[in-house]
Amino acid sequence: MLDNLSNRLSGVVKSLRGQARLSETNITDALREVRMALLEADVALPVVKTFIAEVKQRALGQEVIGSLTPGQALIGVVNEELTRLMGEHNDALNLAAVPPAIILMAGLQGAGKTTTVGKLAKLLKETQKKKVLVVSADVYRPAAIEQLKMLAEQVGVEWFPSDASQQPDAIARAAVDYAKRHYFDVLMVDTAGRLAIDEAMMQEIKTLHATLNPIETLFVVDAMQGQDAVHTAQAFNEALPLTGVILTKMDGDARGGAALSVRHITGKPIKFIGVGEKTTGIEPFHPERMASRILGMGDVLSLIEDVQKGIDQEEAARVAKKLKSGKGFDLEDFKAQMQQMKKMGGMSNLMEKMPGQIGQMAKGIQGAEAEKSMARIEAIINSMTPLERRKPEVIKASRKRRIAAGSGTSVQEVNRLLNQFEQTQKLMKQFSKGGLMKMMRGMKGMMPGM
Amino acid sequence: MFSFFKKKSENQIDQPTNPTPELVQDAVESPRSWTERLKSGLAKTRNKLGKNLASLFGGGQIDEDLYEELETVLLTADMGVDATEHLLREVRERVTLRGLKDSAELKETLKSVLFELISPLEVPLEPRAATPFVIMMAGVNGAGKTTSIGKLAKYFQSQGLSVLLAAGDTFRAAAREQLIEWGERNNVTVIAQQGGDAAAVCFDAINSAKARGIDIVLADTAGRLPTQLHLMEEIRKVKRVIQKAIPDAPHEVVLVLDANIGQNALNQVKVFDEALGLTGLILTKLDGTAKGGIIAAIAKQHPVPLRFIGVGEGLDDLRPFSAREYIDALFD
Repeated sequence: MLDNLSNRLSGVVKSLRGQARLSETNITDALREVRMALLEADVALPVVKTFIAEVKQRALGQEVIGSLTPGQALIGVVNEELTRLMGEHNDALNLAAVPPAIILMAGLQGAGKTTTVGKLAKLLKETQKKKVLVVSADVYRPAAIEQLKMLAEQVGVEWFPSDASQQPDAIARAAVDYAKRHYFDVLMVDTAGRLAIDEAMMQEIKTLHATLNPIETLFVVDAMQGQDAVHTAQAFNEALPLTGVILTKMDGDARGGAALSVRHITGKPIKFIGVGEKTTGIEPFHPERMASRILGMGDVLSLIEDVQKGIDQEEAARVAKKLKSGKGFDLEDFKAQMQQMKKMGGMSNLMEKMPGQIGQMAKGIQGAEAEKSMARIEAIINSMTPLERRKPEVIKASRKRRIAAGSGTSVQEVNRLLNQFEQTQKLMKQFSKGGLMKMMRGMKGMMPGM
Repeated sequence: MFSFFKKKSENQIDQPTNPTPELVQDAVESPRSWTERLKSGLAKTRNKLGKNLASLFGGGQIDEDLYEELETVLLTADMGVDATEHLLREVRERVTLRGLKDSAELKETLKSVLFELISPLEVPLEPRAATPFVIMMAGVNGAGKTTSIGKLAKYFQSQGLSVLLAAGDTFRAAAREQLIEWGERNNVTVIAQQGGDAAAVCFDAINSAKARGIDIVLADTAGRLPTQLHLMEEIRKVKRVIQKAIPDAPHEVVLVLDANIGQNALNQVKVFDEALGLTGLILTKLDGTAKGGIIAAIAKQHPVPLRFIGVGEGLDDLRPFSAREYIDALFD
């Protein structure tokens, strides 16, 4: 079984290569692959069917027959359709209401509602300077209210006390009243997880919605959700006037087909994605990036942002200058480079965002292994004198023994590092001429243990 | 049918057939109610879909359209492309081999093919194999680990076994409180530490269980995604530390899977198995509209015994898995 949708679709393009034009037969094969790939990505079957039908219709039409290769043409159509399906742009949160702007959260058990409330409260407080009040109307799960209280403390927003013996509706009324009297900008209401088929619970959240009249009603969905995403999304969409969707657990390796299904069924924009359990782990959703990622172009845009966030601009400029002069790239810089990489979330995170082919090449690198050996490399460099770092050529047998002892490694490892460094030096020269692609190709040699 | 199957599976794994009186009683007492519940949950899906299998198989000829409908049903149950293709191939072969004509026969064929695929997963847990019998729980965030621990504790108690819980989720806000609160309500001892590290909590809990002569230790852990390598490393450590308390523990390493999860569940099984050596699975939230077909994919690609399924929110809604009943609930 192929590992991800990107690979799968890359495979489709390959099989289409060398054929003169898109015909009924070759497109059928390719589309079957696309269909299988989407199904394996957990896109719901009805959505897949609609999608394939539309792609087919468009691909066989006039517009794709141009100077493009058939593969490019088909992927182009698939990409456009995917992007269109996911919504063409990012939708921000709507807070244009008479304060307090009320946000109601809804979703299945374990989707990540409470964690998301914490993250979103922090985001609103820090980026939009909002005064946020959070309240939990989850009177069922043990300690759910306690969980929100702790999160509120962590992110530094106010928590409105509620109790498991109260009615959710009463909690909501009291919270709104309190928020009004104390001039809060935003009131976020967490609710219990519920199954769409549980009529009593669905009625409860309908009542809650009527009481609160929220400006945003957000449906929280697990990115890993399977085929059933269509049913839950449909049921929640029918019960509540949803205004947006939040996709959680996007840092996992699920292919996120649920995003497509939910978007298709509800027609509501996906506003945020949740990444990781830390309270900072929330990002705006970018439909075009998601489509590109699925299509094997990698999440390059997100990667670029990560890189910009992570890299110390001055440090980068200093290295770049050195590179341009074509000499003097020393072990100190080598270490700095590795630290930069760490800041960007480590190798594994970085590799994940790489487009298909490069990503595949990088597959051989075990993320954790690479990170471990990076730590060892750092230790070795730290055990060198400043002179040795600047001029590694002075390191001979005796110095090697000392460095190995100092860093708790072996002479062999020191040797390996010196070899790698030499390769990297060469690579850096190429980089100054050839750019990222070349560097990535060279990276294989740089990382040990592959 | 239930008891017949029970025996068969026990013979298969070559274990002495001395099911505990409680277990038998349990099985006799209420197999209907939970089968009904499972059935009704799955039926809701079918009604929603407007694709009733019964009508699909309601007689008539076997043709390509029927196969396509069949494929749809299997795929929408989250069985995944690989298992679906496997099942359809087997069904087609048998249809040709036996010269089947009627679509009702096709249904029986599909049921038996599916049964052959997933029945090896039906291996009941033997919690009396050691004292204390240490069960370690793992899973992604929100799979239902802590809730399942509560239900498991209840289940073991109903069999006359004493239970102790280790609040090993030291990361998520109020996870500890959730377990403590539950323990208080149900009169079960919960070992917890303020802050601290999951491995240490489990170690303490096991030693405490040894001292008190407790039968079962249920060790909770924080939810983690397979991609979070440092957290996967951490849970390996929890297991190593448990082994320090009792060398052959944990006797059972359970991965809790949410039936709503799609094909990623398979990957979760693979990664957690690699990290911990899984000995069992629990499939939760089968009371919704999700059908949990992922177990077919797991049976096909990475079989691990499915110990229990969760069919409701009540404490007694965690049941030993029966392949026959699952299939009946899915198709009838």
